[in-house]
Amino acid sequence: MSGTLQTTQDLSQLASDLLARAKKRGATEADVVVADGDTFSVQVRLSAVDRLTKAREKRLGLRVFIGKRSATASTSDFSGESLDRLVADTCALASAVAADDVSGLPDAPAMAKDLPDLDLYDPTVLSTDAQIELAKRAEAAAMAMDQRITNSEGADFNSASGRVVLGNSHGFLGDYRSSTFSVSVSPVATDAGSGGMQRESWYAVQRKYAKLDSPESVGQEAARRTIRRLGARKVPTTKAPVVFNQEMAGSLLSHLCSAASGYALYKGASFLIGQLGQKLAPDFVTVYDDGRMPGGLGSCPFDGEGLPTRKTTVMDRGRLASYLLDSYSGRKLGLTSTGNASRGVGEGPSVGPSNFYLVPGSKSPTDIIRSVKNGLYITELIGFGVNMVTGDYSRGAAGFWIENGELAYPVEEITIAGNLKRMFADIELIGNDLEFRGRIASPTVKIGEMTIAGN
Amino acid sequence: MPSTQEVELAQFGFSEPDIRRALGTIKVRDVDYADLYFESRVSESVSMEEGIVKRAAKSVSQGVGVRATAGEKTGFAYSDELSAKDLALAAETARYIANSPQGAQSLPVAGRTKPARDLYPADRPVTDIATAERVHLLNLIDAEARRYDPRIVNVMASFNMEYKRVLVATTDGLLIGDVQPLTRLQVTCIAEEKGNRQIGSFGGGGRVGFAYYEEENRYAHYAREAARQAILNLSAVEAPAGVMPVVLAGGWPGILLHEAIGHGLEADFNRRKTSAFSNLLGKRVASDVCTIVDDGTIPFRRGSLNMDDEGTPTSKTVLIEKGILRGYITDRLNARLMGIPLTGNGRRESFQSVPLPRMTNTFMLAGESEPQDILRSVKRGLYAVSFGGGQVDITNGKFVFSASEAYLIEDGRVTKPVKGATLIGSGPDILTKVSMVGHDLKLDEGIGTCGKDGQSVPVGVGLPTIKIDEITVGGTQ
Repeated sequence: MSGTLQTTQDLSQLASDLLARAKKRGATEADVVVADGDTFSVQVRLSAVDRLTKAREKRLGLRVFIGKRSATASTSDFSGESLDRLVADTCALASAVAADDVSGLPDAPAMAKDLPDLDLYDPTVLSTDAQIELAKRAEAAAMAMDQRITNSEGADFNSASGRVVLGNSHGFLGDYRSSTFSVSVSPVATDAGSGGMQRESWYAVQRKYAKLDSPESVGQEAARRTIRRLGARKVPTTKAPVVFNQEMAGSLLSHLCSAASGYALYKGASFLIGQLGQKLAPDFVTVYDDGRMPGGLGSCPFDGEGLPTRKTTVMDRGRLASYLLDSYSGRKLGLTSTGNASRGVGEGPSVGPSNFYLVPGSKSPTDIIRSVKNGLYITELIGFGVNMVTGDYSRGAAGFWIENGELAYPVEEITIAGNLKRMFADIELIGNDLEFRGRIASPTVKIGEMTIAGN
Repeated sequence: MPSTQEVELAQFGFSEPDIRRALGTIKVRDVDYADLYFESRVSESVSMEEGIVKRAAKSVSQGVGVRATAGEKTGFAYSDELSAKDLALAAETARYIANSPQGAQSLPVAGRTKPARDLYPADRPVTDIATAERVHLLNLIDAEARRYDPRIVNVMASFNMEYKRVLVATTDGLLIGDVQPLTRLQVTCIAEEKGNRQIGSFGGGGRVGFAYYEEENRYAHYAREAARQAILNLSAVEAPAGVMPVVLAGGWPGILLHEAIGHGLEADFNRRKTSAFSNLLGKRVASDVCTIVDDGTIPFRRGSLNMDDEGTPTSKTVLIEKGILRGYITDRLNARLMGIPLTGNGRRESFQSVPLPRMTNTFMLAGESEPQDILRSVKRGLYAVSFGGGQVDITNGKFVFSASEAYLIEDGRVTKPVKGATLIGSGPDILTKVSMVGHDLKLDEGIGTCGKDGQSVPVGVGLPTIKIDEITVGGTQ
């Protein structure tokens, strides 16, 4: 789109050039991230285009160290004058903060050497009209499913591709390309009797266009999930077993992931402090973080500091086996990086998951529901009622009441509460239905007992 | 007002003929309206933990968003390259939705104007404050919080500031700019006693300069409040579960209004008839002690703006008057399609996103009850003073907000502190259960950020002390 389209070599040259300028300005160490990409998105609603968005973006971030002092800065303006100012500003900021004994780049010998092709990029370019058509097909499939689907918040098709170049003053220079294609649908259903409405959505996302579910199947699944919520009611306040569907169990895993982050731990802001090596869950609970899963939505050949990504066993048969670390949080805790530095262009590294998942068990979701006499099957959680320091957990929920092993009726306007540490210890069953729809994935999970607040 | 505060096209490297040409390219036969949104933003942050200010970051971004609307359709493109060529390309993309032949007219643009209001005058850009001054302030906060109680084992504090210049040019002939400063100071404390660790947070901000935090020793107040909350939580007991009366303190608990009714009254959901409030205009949705407004015109507030991101002056909009639903908040697209007034609520996160109807400062007007009487009227219930975040499902109206500081009320007296718990209710129904409204309206401290459709914008809320006769409290006991 832009006349200033640059090659990967141009971006690498830009990174090297910035590192040299930073050195000249007094930086003892530095690293640079350059990212650019194209994004396209179309939203259709009731079979007409609602919104079409197209753009090319670029951004560059610099981190400098002057001795043990450090700062970061970023800009979208790649002109020479802007970059001069960026280097000067970053060095000035670094001089103004306090020295931090453990700051610095990773050790030079640890930098990634082999950069495997993880199959993250698909060069497929779809025309604007083709993408509009895909979104229309997804929505049409949802609307045609059932008469009770009366309205729509629309269907989206998105495609994006981009490049990342990372270089540092140890001489590391790496780059990779990646792409994503996604389709989502949000139908609205109306209860003919009460006039009450429900909305639900479903989506598919892949790095390869050819692997994306058909728009029809996404639309139909969205419609199914919406219709079954009609007629939802509250239930009385009680304690009961709670079954989390894939997506909601994934949210439990995301809390585990945040609590296992080296930053939360050294700051004293995690319920997993001092728990390394401790048995926190039953033997059948194993959790991995795998940065090198081919085609994975969280995969990359090197992390946000240029260290090799890898597969880490976070929980080994119920025992907390590893935290997730970058080199800074690792040094703070007297441990080494697990290759989990996550890096927005404008910020210093923090810790993030790559492909973080709970190893599946052998029971089908139906079998798990069948194991519950009276309990709750959760399909939606809202709100932010999770305290990472204590593990205290209280969130708004919707789903289905289980009676004698069957989904009896939909429920809403209730909360579920407990404590994450106790909830992990109380996992009773894990489903066989692991699917990756993001960086964090989980099969269905059953927890022995939680407090449900309703009427 | 000093001339440095004015925004000119030349600051973005453009002249009026460039703008006329670009708008002319977009304004083809079927396009109803188009606009260009130029933005330049500088933001800086410093943060401290473990007693030292160890992180500092600066970010510079600039670009232009180009939008065309035709009927219900929006075509949108943006570019971080500010050249006439990139502008023309973006304009081509934006008009794709109109499906019309290329235009070649050159549209007239009125003389440059600036908003009639000046809600956040600043004598110098906030980004001119030396890093050393900000570092010093954070060091003072650390000392203050630790002095509060020896059980405070870690203090995390951050100061963020942003200086944004925007300029909107429209096919209606508007060319208007604004300078929008925004700052925020946030403190989080961790307390520890015999293996029991607890967290407390407090902060404030607005469209204010650095001096605001030194006035009245606000920074020290923030530090003490965060420490107090962390220490308090050391003795918190399990929260109750089930339906009970809840008294909300004034200020930030106004997040109730934002989630329960504010989002549901945004015009886009109502035009599409996907909001739980879609057919309730003129109907009772609250008890008659409730009057709720959205007001973007309060000086220096975090949610205030001289103009919205479509160049419309912000206003004070009555959403609910004595319990009756009176109006929606609008952006240009939805106001035009629904044939209702512009309220100055068309907001966007940046040039990279389209404007949507969004709240500014949303609050309930003061009532007549004595706050002490409100508490005294409750036999057994919850008194919630501070909250974390909230969320709403617009379509079925169910919303949650999570208390971070709350107490039991027993026989009209505030007793034990309880652990955080989520409150859940139904938007069109909950305010009908408000039986008492205090005379003590308080706006929040200025820390709110609202997310919608992936876009974050700063907002404010406010509330007097109120009593909700029954709402579900999500504790464990």
